[in-house]
Amino acid sequence: MSALDETPPVAPAATRKSRWSLTLTIGLILVGIHVAVALLTLFWTPYDPSATAGGRLEPPSLSHWVGTDRLGRDFFTLIMIGSRIALVVGIGAVAIGAAIGVTIGLLSAFATRFLDDALAATLDILIAFPVLLLAMLVVAASDGASLWSAILALGIAMSAIVARLTRILAKRVLQNDYIIASRTSGTSWPGVVVRHVLPNIWPTLTVNFALQFGIAVIAEASLSYLGLGAPPPNASWGRLLQEAQGTVYTAPIGAIAPGIALVTLVIGVNMLADGLRDIGDPTRRVSR
Amino acid sequence: MLRRLAILVLSLFIASLVLFVLLRLLPGDPANALLSVGADPQQIEAAREQVGSNLPLSEQFLRFLGNLLRFDLGTSFISGAPVGAEIAARLAVTLPLTFLAFALALIIAVPLGIVSAVKADRWYGALISTVSQFGIAIPVFWVGILLVLVFAINIRLFPSGGFPSRGWHAPLEALRALALPVLTIAIVMSASLLRYVRASTLDVLGSDYLRTARALGAGFTEAFVRHGIRNGAVPVISILGIELASAFLGAVVVERVFTLPGLGSMLLLGIQQRDYPNVQGVLFVSTLLVLLVGFAADLTQRLIDPRLRDKARVAS
Repeated sequence: MSALDETPPVAPAATRKSRWSLTLTIGLILVGIHVAVALLTLFWTPYDPSATAGGRLEPPSLSHWVGTDRLGRDFFTLIMIGSRIALVVGIGAVAIGAAIGVTIGLLSAFATRFLDDALAATLDILIAFPVLLLAMLVVAASDGASLWSAILALGIAMSAIVARLTRILAKRVLQNDYIIASRTSGTSWPGVVVRHVLPNIWPTLTVNFALQFGIAVIAEASLSYLGLGAPPPNASWGRLLQEAQGTVYTAPIGAIAPGIALVTLVIGVNMLADGLRDIGDPTRRVSR
Repeated sequence: MLRRLAILVLSLFIASLVLFVLLRLLPGDPANALLSVGADPQQIEAAREQVGSNLPLSEQFLRFLGNLLRFDLGTSFISGAPVGAEIAARLAVTLPLTFLAFALALIIAVPLGIVSAVKADRWYGALISTVSQFGIAIPVFWVGILLVLVFAINIRLFPSGGFPSRGWHAPLEALRALALPVLTIAIVMSASLLRYVRASTLDVLGSDYLRTARALGAGFTEAFVRHGIRNGAVPVISILGIELASAFLGAVVVERVFTLPGLGSMLLLGIQQRDYPNVQGVLFVSTLLVLLVGFAADLTQRLIDPRLRDKARVAS
């Protein structure tokens, strides 16, 4: 499993001098911008997102930074709202996936051999279901695409991956002698989970959550792109890209800008998690 | 071996159960798709009879399972055509797309991944691994749109979409139509594949056996080729199954970008039209393919790594 744990190398000199890395700084800035924009859209947007603000398919100008879409709506406003949607999707899906996944993973790690085998096999099967297919199925089943059905589907699909990872990590921790020592000195199993298992597996889980956040945002954008996402005005970047693809000959900027917004958010979250892990994980501070 | 086969069969059973349950959870009777507005109770009953939704759930499931075992996926509610034949016709687009993209991704990722690990201290090694970081952050359909922008609009080298109506009877046209979709999937896939190849190579480079081989007088290349590649390949092969599955899924989305008549467009149309047999069929065949690929990946892994053959349970 070492291949999965492998992380982008951080320059050794930099980590030794200070734990504050360039990765963390860039990650913080990118995520910070998206969070700030998302919060801002709750109170104010440059233009009304559902009203025409100019001519159709205007090129970028001072009043419309990335032009207007085919209905004359300000594209920058729509992209700003997309930030909010993406954050809600990512956080929502990860919260659901983490709650279900960590619980099942821990239960499986503590369960009897038979139950553990059964759970592990079930998880392997669930993981074989591609996330996007599952999400499509649930969205189709929930009669009319809504943001919440997509978030729920992505969260459930994610929980299998989180559960499997939690199970493996927790089992590794439970093999240690200090668990026996802790048990013999009277700590209950819940106590062991809170005091030994969770703190040990949390850094790896966090990085995985960040990865899953990105996957969820991309998957939701894909759903929207396929026309199975939330309807406007709560449109995600995926729908913006789908609409802009039709006018890519005349207004290519619309097919580029939402993609850039999405990539910066996903990369930002991944970098933030990598940076935080390097701070939070004591084994990474000194070595390397 | 037997255990793995048993898991495969069990997985397929559970997958069909999940599919069945999820599709029965859909609001509304599947028979509604056959009816027009204002149908009288007699017509509704006839439609339910035809679709089989008047039977108890357990019986419906057994019928569904029995049909699957005979490779009978039913007939489309909308067109009345057999679902199996339609899927077969569409796989003629989706499978070449998937495998060509997978092959191209391997051709890109393996050499670049090894170089970026072996030359990690050089600027180009670092550059390769930095660029590959972007690969996991980019939606595959956006790459498709960008490629259309560059190659179909600005350079006009390839068509921006569509597939020749004569299909593979016009092989050159068909390949030309698949060029951009294949490139799209391969770019995104090679990025994540490259990270695994790189991580695995780094493991090998730090290994004791490689150092021993060098100490015994083997040159770096000789030691790496003789001992490193076989060892390093094991973890990479284990994720190839997942990668192939994601290439397939990428194909489903990318088909929409390039308006290709593949499995993905069949699924989307099925969802829009509530054509359950089609949706069910596509999802079942997709899951079957994904599970078979995982099975094949496991077998290959055992062939390459003798250590895994003896272990009854791989400590994953």
